[in-house]
Amino acid sequence: MITLQNDPVNVGGITLNNHLILAAGVLGTTGASIRRMLRGGAGGAVTKSIGPVPAAGHPGPCLIPLDGGLLNAMGLPNPSQEFASELAHLAEEPVIVSIFGGTPDEFQTVASWFADIAAGYELNLSCPHAEGYGAAIGSDPRMVRACTEEVAAFGLPTWVKLTPNVTDIAVIGEAAEAGGATALVAINTVRAMRISTKLRRPVLGNRFGGLSGPMIFPIALRCVYDLYEACSVPIIGCGGISSAADVIEMMMAGASAVQIGSAVYDDIGVFDQIASKLYSDHGCSAAEIVGCAHE
Amino acid sequence: MNDGMPRVVTIREMIRETPAVATIRFDHAFDSLPGQFCMVWVPGIDEVPMGFSGADQITVQEVGTATRALTSLTPGDNIGIRGPFGNGFSPVGRVLAVAGGVGVAPLLPLAKEGSVATFILGARTRDELIAADILADQTDLHIATDDGTAGYHGFVTGVLDSEIDIASFDTICVCGPELMMKSILDRLALRNMEQRGQFSLHRYMKCGVGVCGSCSLDPDGLRVCRDGPVFSGDQISSSEFGEYARDAGGQKQKI
Repeated sequence: MITLQNDPVNVGGITLNNHLILAAGVLGTTGASIRRMLRGGAGGAVTKSIGPVPAAGHPGPCLIPLDGGLLNAMGLPNPSQEFASELAHLAEEPVIVSIFGGTPDEFQTVASWFADIAAGYELNLSCPHAEGYGAAIGSDPRMVRACTEEVAAFGLPTWVKLTPNVTDIAVIGEAAEAGGATALVAINTVRAMRISTKLRRPVLGNRFGGLSGPMIFPIALRCVYDLYEACSVPIIGCGGISSAADVIEMMMAGASAVQIGSAVYDDIGVFDQIASKLYSDHGCSAAEIVGCAHE
Repeated sequence: MNDGMPRVVTIREMIRETPAVATIRFDHAFDSLPGQFCMVWVPGIDEVPMGFSGADQITVQEVGTATRALTSLTPGDNIGIRGPFGNGFSPVGRVLAVAGGVGVAPLLPLAKEGSVATFILGARTRDELIAADILADQTDLHIATDDGTAGYHGFVTGVLDSEIDIASFDTICVCGPELMMKSILDRLALRNMEQRGQFSLHRYMKCGVGVCGSCSLDPDGLRVCRDGPVFSGDQISSSEFGEYARDAGGQKQKI
């Protein structure tokens, strides 16, 4: 298998300890949890998405493991501004604060709370199951550009996480890039649902939610490939990555780094597991691999 | 990853234990270890974590919308169950169990299988004692009530201090209100015996399978749903345990 050199990684303005980043919404709820993941081999970590007001999220069931994936509708539960205190002891670490809002002004407000402590921002313009937030505005290129501009104005690295639930993800990526994004993250979950046949009703409390895990890896790969053709900022691949081979394949599609989320369900030590296979002294440089499938 | 869709079970029996606590028996027995829990789906309302009080039953205290909806169901109604989840108790040697209120639920299977030598059961008042008859048959049962209407007049820790030699037990399994559990952990710590304690913790849970992080403990990020819910005393002696917990949105709430 192709392996990589374990060189310092800088993607979209953020220096990471390796190419493997904890994805938003997975064990990023508290400072202690984030630190556990960084100590467990994550090269960087994205927090739970933080919004303008504290929220409890959707009623349960909120998450259902399936064969080959996870189906969730958490509903963006978050402690809002209080979360800043969680990050106090992580100020020197590669912690990216995921933020959401319903308007460009709300994105600006939430970002301001973390301007002194975040290594960078990730804009959640892609959650598929929160009315008025996430993909509801992330499928409108003008809104994507406006929200990105507000946050990029802080001068910190600004990543924009994109939804696959659009006709052409490249158009949205171009809008984020025009707004000042320093990297694009693709993808968030894919709109999905399951029904309890015995009860004749949807299983998730929110009825529908987002699918993640190995089931969506081919979708994520295609989105990264499309974005690489259309945009010039770095792309961070996200969606179903659970092995070192997945990382290499995602990088060949055009990803400069990857995010890993659902794979912690099978093994919370997945970052160390993947890193042990991904890196070797005789590995290639990432520059040789990233986007090579386009040549 | 495997199919974790809720298993829909039909309620067979609703047993009223106390004015605010009911045991719900369903038509399927789960292969669970004492101390493991499940996520209980009340269709149209919510999903809440609940310890198994037997292979085919849960014991529910009415504390909120979902638990009140659960106890208002009747035989023939359906609910969904995900699980068993978590690690359960792992008692060795001579076992003491201490329960407060509905905390008796996950300890009941341990006592029923004959693993518990001595049991301290506490409640606010006589009418709120749960499963005392079963425990009296299976264990050396000591009762404490806050108002003195049965057994020792005071908390379970009073029984522990006056009637029990805690050092004579190899494992101390505890479930109940967090401040009660903390005061037992403090007593173990005084004797450098924290590792003999096994505490079943409660935290707000959304996913139940170790992914969402809503039940993470400070300062190590242990997940109550996956790394617990049962922790040894030395795992939690320097943690948030007994100090604070978090609500559904992750805001800290003093205990």
